[in-house]
Amino acid sequence: MGNLAISVRDLGKQYRIGGRQERHETFMAALTAAMSSPLRRLRRMGQPVPEEQIFWALRNISFELDRGEVLGIIGRNGAGKSTMLKLLSRITEPTEGRMEIHGRLGSLLEVGTGFHPELTGRENIFLNGTILGMKRREVSRKFDEIVEFSGIEQFLDTPVKRYSSGMYVRLAFAVAAHLEPEILVVDEVLAVGDLEFQKKCLGKMSEVAGEGRTILFVSHNMGAIKTLCSRAMLIHKGTAAASGPVEETVAAYLNLNSPIQEHGVISKDAHRIGTGDALLRRVELRDGHDQSTEQVMLGQRFKIAAMFEVQKPLEDAFIEIGISTLDGLRVATVQNIDEDRPGLNFKPGLNEVVVEIDATLLPREYVIDVIIGHLSGLIVDWVERTFQFTALNVAPGSPDHYRWGEVRGFVRPKSVWHGPNPGTLN
Amino acid sequence: MVDTQTRSAATIVIEPSRGLADFNLKEIWDYRDLMFFLAWRDINIRYKQTILGAAWAVVQPVMTMILFTIFFGRMAGVPSEGVPYPLFAFAALLPWQYFATTLGNAANSLVNNSNLLSKVYFPRLLIPLTSLFPPAVDFMIAFVVLIGLMFYYRQAPSVQVIWLPAFLILAMVTTLGAGLWFAAMNVKYRDVRHIVTVLVQFGMFVSPVAYPSRIVPMPWLNLYALNPMVGVIEGFRWALLGTGAAPLRLIAISSGAAVALFISGFYYFRYTEKTFADVI
Repeated sequence: MGNLAISVRDLGKQYRIGGRQERHETFMAALTAAMSSPLRRLRRMGQPVPEEQIFWALRNISFELDRGEVLGIIGRNGAGKSTMLKLLSRITEPTEGRMEIHGRLGSLLEVGTGFHPELTGRENIFLNGTILGMKRREVSRKFDEIVEFSGIEQFLDTPVKRYSSGMYVRLAFAVAAHLEPEILVVDEVLAVGDLEFQKKCLGKMSEVAGEGRTILFVSHNMGAIKTLCSRAMLIHKGTAAASGPVEETVAAYLNLNSPIQEHGVISKDAHRIGTGDALLRRVELRDGHDQSTEQVMLGQRFKIAAMFEVQKPLEDAFIEIGISTLDGLRVATVQNIDEDRPGLNFKPGLNEVVVEIDATLLPREYVIDVIIGHLSGLIVDWVERTFQFTALNVAPGSPDHYRWGEVRGFVRPKSVWHGPNPGTLN
Repeated sequence: MVDTQTRSAATIVIEPSRGLADFNLKEIWDYRDLMFFLAWRDINIRYKQTILGAAWAVVQPVMTMILFTIFFGRMAGVPSEGVPYPLFAFAALLPWQYFATTLGNAANSLVNNSNLLSKVYFPRLLIPLTSLFPPAVDFMIAFVVLIGLMFYYRQAPSVQVIWLPAFLILAMVTTLGAGLWFAAMNVKYRDVRHIVTVLVQFGMFVSPVAYPSRIVPMPWLNLYALNPMVGVIEGFRWALLGTGAAPLRLIAISSGAAVALFISGFYYFRYTEKTFADVI
């Protein structure tokens, strides 16, 4: 078996969807159907399932992973990442293909699987540890280490239902972090917990990776993927859309995640998050003369106009406009409710909101993200990378310019300079 | 830190299974620690946050025994094979209660542990198998009450009592067989739990709990014994109270039915288990 940890060939998982009339939620319904139309059912048996009822959550996935490699798996929600982890963890069976796993595999698809609220921290460490595949004496041996990592010594004999969510996650992760499989499959579990603890967990994981353990890691945290992984795979619509060096794969993901919209018009089936009661339909960048543009002049004010198609009356809404770099780093955020301004009310139909921004962006390419939501925090529509524009290093008709080839930083705040004045050191 | 044995042994090949996957008994054994903690969790939870705690294990069979004694023993004059009626009823209530509680738990076991099924791998059989143990604690507590009753009625057990473990195993095989069927069906059809409730209520009257099986007329008795609990209960009475000759015929038929129930339940479970995580 050499140095190979995992080998996957032509892996596929198919689900049946739809066919409503054929699915029976209750046994009685199934029984009645079987009794009332035995002939029809007999005839249908052995016939292939109609094409439109088949959904391939994952297909044609092949890869090999050597011992000690850390593979990052990225992709949109619903792309098939979780299905792949479930197949590798043997939670569900593949429909086609073959996987070979050389070594003890532990999976971590959720923090605190099987934690019982009535049991104490101590009891849950044992329960959760064995659920994750440890032996009883293994848990006993690492018990002190786990407790120390979690930092909840004084609550060890308190039922976990009295824990704060932070403590709960710490304890759960502490157990998980002490798993010692040769191959570790980790789903987006780091998305929980406070920042400091997240760092601790990432540290623990890179430690684990340093020990030569093979890891498969799903995350939306591109920073974590970049620091931890030696390779990455992008899954899109159930197939491997890209695979290889981390940087390239992450770039492919960012491009795919929200293809930058042409001319600011956003189709209804763009990648969105939210209730959809109002949909962002167009984003436009305008210069100081209200002319549509794709460039911002150095030091000049500009406007961003967002057009929403409102389906239902929307009251107390907030709008957030964000400016991000192409690799997804948010540089500036403005909201209509800044400085304690009230929420907006929308009537059904097309509504345009324009914000004038007085900030100097340093020269590079930027994209605009837009969120419309309710003051309660409910997201109505959230679209990222809606519109790409360039911040120029000059401003025609003005002597202002950015002199250097290398651009450091993102924003040039207004500044007033004094001096030089004579000074002393004391 | 990893055991060298597991390192060398572990190469797992995962492929779509054709028909029934090979059953790996050793795997169940490898997961015995998990089974222990799952059972321990259920026992723990059962007695935490209750007023009477372990007394519940006694209250239910004792109350049922008292009611049976009043209505069946006294008023209806049901024969009790020369044994005081309360003892006669209690010896039957013990396995029956175990069967009823365990079957209910087993039927809901997969659904109640759906978070485990969809997040970690372990042999799925472990879950219904685990349900056999927590009610066994109740059984043992109630058994102490039975010993007390036997003292009270000065009913010494005879040598036959050595056969009691065999009937206990028969009870477990029966319960697990039915439990496997219902647990697997419950994943897909959520009204199965109601069916189980009805079945258990109904089953108490087609099992010789309140009366001796002797009152069932002959041609029907063979059919009656197809209910595996008939053999279990009559076996319990015979082993504990020495009621007449060994009901060999009943026990043979019931054992056959229990084994058939178990094997069919096992195969149905194995057949459906690969879709549990997708359906649940």
